[in-house]
Amino acid sequence: MRVITYREAIKEALIEELRSDPDVYLLGEDIGKKFGGTNKVTLGLWEEFGDERIRCTPISESAIIGAAVGSAMTGMRPVAELMFIDFLGVCLDQIMNQAAKLRYMTGGQVSMPLVIRTPGGAGRSSAAQHAQSLEAIFCHIPGLIVIQPATPYDAKGLLKEAVRNNNPVIFIEHKMLYNTKGEVPEGEYTIPIGKADIKREGKDITVIATSRMVNFSLEAARQLENEGISVEIIDPRTLVPLDEKTIIESVKKTGKVLIVHESVERCGIAAEIGQIINENAFDYLDMPVRRLGAKNTPVPFAPILENFVIPDAKKIYERIKSML
Amino acid sequence: MTEDKLKSMLYKMIKIRYAESKVAELFLAGEIPGFLHSYVGQEAVAVGACEALRGNDYITSTHRGHGHLIAKGGRMDGMFAELFGKKTGYCKGKGGSMHIADVSIGILGANGIVGAGLPIANGAALTSKMKNTGQVTLCFFGDGAANQGTFHESLNLASVWKLPVVFICENNLYAMSTPCCEHMNISNICERAKAYGIPGSTIDGNNVAEVYEEVSKAVERARSGDGPALIECKCFRKFGHFVGDPGDYRSKEQVEEWEKRDCIIGLKENLIKSKIFNEKEILHIENEVKREIDEAVNFAKESSYPSPADAMEDVYSDWNWGEEYR
Repeated sequence: MRVITYREAIKEALIEELRSDPDVYLLGEDIGKKFGGTNKVTLGLWEEFGDERIRCTPISESAIIGAAVGSAMTGMRPVAELMFIDFLGVCLDQIMNQAAKLRYMTGGQVSMPLVIRTPGGAGRSSAAQHAQSLEAIFCHIPGLIVIQPATPYDAKGLLKEAVRNNNPVIFIEHKMLYNTKGEVPEGEYTIPIGKADIKREGKDITVIATSRMVNFSLEAARQLENEGISVEIIDPRTLVPLDEKTIIESVKKTGKVLIVHESVERCGIAAEIGQIINENAFDYLDMPVRRLGAKNTPVPFAPILENFVIPDAKKIYERIKSML
Repeated sequence: MTEDKLKSMLYKMIKIRYAESKVAELFLAGEIPGFLHSYVGQEAVAVGACEALRGNDYITSTHRGHGHLIAKGGRMDGMFAELFGKKTGYCKGKGGSMHIADVSIGILGANGIVGAGLPIANGAALTSKMKNTGQVTLCFFGDGAANQGTFHESLNLASVWKLPVVFICENNLYAMSTPCCEHMNISNICERAKAYGIPGSTIDGNNVAEVYEEVSKAVERARSGDGPALIECKCFRKFGHFVGDPGDYRSKEQVEEWEKRDCIIGLKENLIKSKIFNEKEILHIENEVKREIDEAVNFAKESSYPSPADAMEDVYSDWNWGEEYR
């Protein structure tokens, strides 16, 4: 099977949906002509689809997301780009109070078929205002679908599905994953929203990991294999709605759980998933659910500081060892 | 501007006035939950502006949205039932006063966040432009919203993309309890249009004919592809910011001064003077309106409440996932 990058996979998803549905269009800052976005995901799209469908905007996040909301309510299928997830603060009202709630508040009179693509994540000294993982905030707002793909295969399949879904989807990419590679089939495929993926089968411990932490967990698992420890890795892929069934089945099998996410530990999604496991598989647990997230600090600038705060393969390895 | 148009506008203004008075009465009697923002006094703006629209044009509204809903052709029964929180309400009891919408006739909704309607109006206008439907979007907002970032972002984006949207600022001189002179340093909000490269004008928001003429010009301009405009309508709300607010941050003199310029009284006088209507005919309209509203209120009172579990529906579109473990 051919191997492409996470970036290329996302671009392919966008191209395929733009080609097959004239109501789909993109909007965002610097996504257009010759620049193709700050992460080069949309490079080349303007050349094929032009100004009408690849809409480069002023730096006005509220206006961007609001335009997506208003056009989604009236028949279009926008894919908006929020350049960094950290800019959420600038447009939170249009996401939280408008996109997420207008269908409900109008008693179902409108659909909101929009996607907001946004990269988060640390790993190259982009510092506190450009390095966050804020998925938990979106998960806490009813009305949104939250997707966080870790691989090129998942990114493409889920983005296509997200564009076709009639609900507001927050599609969280990771800036350090854009250059990672993976197998992606030629031809049409999608991945269902709300279905987790078992990235690695194992029997001694369940590691639930998201985004870049999936790769780090796989690295740790390979090392642990050499020491006779068998690690099962579950990648939820969709955070809301969460595939609780797959998670619970794994927990019942292994009896031990470590949840790893890059976002700050306090009130991160591990807290939510841990509680779900508590309520549904308590009798199967050999020990309390453990979690590993970033330290409760803003993300620092200097590499040595950033590396201290953010989880990595070594920290995951050590945490698993300490549990067994 | 035909005689029929003037008569139709008077009818709608009276309808809004009576409906809003009824709403306030029911609320103060404890029959309607939540909070309400009365449109009484500003009827000429909603009616004059919406009269300039076609049936399938869009509007976005504010927390003070009943007037826009009625002016655009919204149903009294759906509105009252919603205010009572009944199942038969426009929003099945899920939205309430600040979120009433009738999307089937282009009313994209009242909105509880000041300034949130402007970016959304741009979105609706963008759809019309991309699909080449010739539809126009009217965006209502107040003087308070003109200081929100969304106002500036939206006028700018609408200008840059030449969107078919007309921004209508209902400047009733107070952003909640704060007078204009304390919340901005300019006298007329229309001056801000220049900053975004769009035409701007200030008009008498109590003169329904003037509102209609000015908005019509802007709507035709937008419809023909020449982009957005900002129209500031100077007006005054008769009551406080919300029903129950005594509004004593406004002087008695100011309130009385504006009372003399009441938009409905003014229009009635003009129509009688120019012999377009006589007093008997106007009384007939008022009785018609009262009857219509009483019917709507009865409908609302007799309608059932939603069942509690209905709260779980409409969070998402056409898709529910299994509640397997909950």
